[in-house]
Amino acid sequence: MALLARRNLFHDRIRFAVTLTGIVFALVLIIIQFGLFLGFTTTTSNNIDHSNADLWIVFHSVGYFDTGRMFTERKYYEVLSTPGVQQAEKYIQNFANWKKPDGGVENIQIIGFRPGSGLGEPWNISQGRAIDVKQEDGVIIDELYKAKLGVASIGDRVEIGDHRARVVGFTRGIRSFTTSPFVYTSFKNSLNYTRPQSREDQLTYILIKTTPGYTPAEVQKNLREHVSDLDVYTSEEFSRRTRFYWMFTTGAGLAVLTAALMGLVVGVAVVAQTIYAATMDHIREYGTLKAMGATNRYLFRVLIEQAVWSAVLGYGFAMIVAHFIVQASEKGGALILMPIPMTIGMFFLAIFMCVAAALVSISKVTRLDPAMVFKG
Amino acid sequence: MTQFSPSIKTALVTGQPASPKPVIRARKLSRVYSEGATELRALSGVDLDLDAGQLTLMMGPSGSGKTTLLSILGCILRPTDGRLELLGEDVTSLPEKDLPRIRREAIGFVFQGFNLFPTLTAAENVALAMDIRGVRGAPARQRADGLLREVGLQDRMHAFPADLSGGQKQRVAIARALAGDPPILLADEPTAALDSTSGRAVIELLQRLAHHHGRAVVMVTHDPRVLSYGDRILHLEDGRLVREEAAHHSPGGAQHFPPFQAVADFVKEIPAEF
Repeated sequence: MALLARRNLFHDRIRFAVTLTGIVFALVLIIIQFGLFLGFTTTTSNNIDHSNADLWIVFHSVGYFDTGRMFTERKYYEVLSTPGVQQAEKYIQNFANWKKPDGGVENIQIIGFRPGSGLGEPWNISQGRAIDVKQEDGVIIDELYKAKLGVASIGDRVEIGDHRARVVGFTRGIRSFTTSPFVYTSFKNSLNYTRPQSREDQLTYILIKTTPGYTPAEVQKNLREHVSDLDVYTSEEFSRRTRFYWMFTTGAGLAVLTAALMGLVVGVAVVAQTIYAATMDHIREYGTLKAMGATNRYLFRVLIEQAVWSAVLGYGFAMIVAHFIVQASEKGGALILMPIPMTIGMFFLAIFMCVAAALVSISKVTRLDPAMVFKG
Repeated sequence: MTQFSPSIKTALVTGQPASPKPVIRARKLSRVYSEGATELRALSGVDLDLDAGQLTLMMGPSGSGKTTLLSILGCILRPTDGRLELLGEDVTSLPEKDLPRIRREAIGFVFQGFNLFPTLTAAENVALAMDIRGVRGAPARQRADGLLREVGLQDRMHAFPADLSGGQKQRVAIARALAGDPPILLADEPTAALDSTSGRAVIELLQRLAHHHGRAVVMVTHDPRVLSYGDRILHLEDGRLVREEAAHHSPGGAQHFPPFQAVADFVKEIPAEF
């Protein structure tokens, strides 16, 4: 049975190549769409997820990270006096103009944090240190945006909001979901760069580290009782809200998921067509098997085995292709993620896709009249 | 498993008819094909008893019901009316799902067009028939090798069907049909596509399987070259069994059909100038 399944599958190499191409195409399409979805999702909330904060305090009704609104510094002191707050750090997120050395202007997002605080700092630093932004006008940007922002190395000078700035470090792989790259600097510098929207006594977020012995939920409750006009979220909550906004409220995620679903449908259709055609090529052989006494269960297993072989090989090739695409995406503007659970999930999806595609053929073969062997 | 009667088992082991009970017993077999309001009676009230150890030839013009009868005897097609017993078991009363088991355990098929699996070697074709019966690995390979030796193909075991001659293909098909050691062998014009030498080799093989191995071999044929090999010749016309002839065995083992009307009719029709 296994031998017949394999031989019938591999015998016509051109047909098998077409089958594999269909499977690989469908799987790669699905991987890219889901990978993009994951990449987008991760990108939208990366500053929250890497903030090392337990809680985020945001202006009332601010739904997601990129539209933080300024509020008075007085709230910061109210927060500090709340039971369960071990550490609170002021944090700025605001848009500004970056004037390139050649005179061009780019829109950027300024992220202001307190260097050395351990909260809200940039990560994956490839050159320089986070603490270096303590230097006057020091900023850190991501390597991905060197060309976009017109800088090449540490020490390059630019202007942000008519204030001088100097590149003191680079990160690797911190993307912005919007078209405005993140520029990390000290809280103090960030106020200068974002004038006139921001004032000395204002901030966008407060990042909280809770005291050991308190759960984030307990401190969240305390803060809601102590501090008015502000919302308090755990990092997970704020991250989820931000992701949900970008992925579903804007429709961006829905579009990507729909494309992934279309990939699945196209994949099943392509594979079903090729497996069906291969089955019809051997239909007389299946009739002979039935005449010889093979049960429908036996024929079912032959076709399922062919489907599984197609899936396994298609999956293997798809993973190779996807690996190169994912690697290439790391240097591009759009991140495609392929975490291990997704890799495993894709294997089962490939099996499901091919087995589902084989069902039409199975239905045809199990209804086959073995008397056909005596006809012509 | 099929519950064969003790006398049939004895016949299978010894190769000798041990019981008056036939291997195949058909009573009033009929088959009607319906298409809308139209009915086509392909077989009408056929009575038949076939014994182990005999090569039975089935002849008749196209549309006479030979293939329909062969399909019913092979449990591939159900009769519309009548009763069929194979090895003492009434197969007409069995549910559809039991018929593949009967085909696996009691019947071997040989087809006119060989119906070999082109992607498998000769040995693999035979082993596949074992696989259907749940025998795999070394036992299946050994059995396949043994059967191919028996049909004289020990040198062609690893050849693909495309590399075999017509006669060799048919011998592989016979080896495959024997994989389950069936007491009944049904052959549909097995020599039709073969030259005279290959055809003779195949019919001699089928005769040997009947006479020396005690199988009931039923063969549909139009081929006048094989007539002298049959123990019985059944003539069908318009779905009816119209005539039956039995061979007269000479003391030396050869056989002939003295009143063989079909050959006489055939010879009469040949123009004198031919």
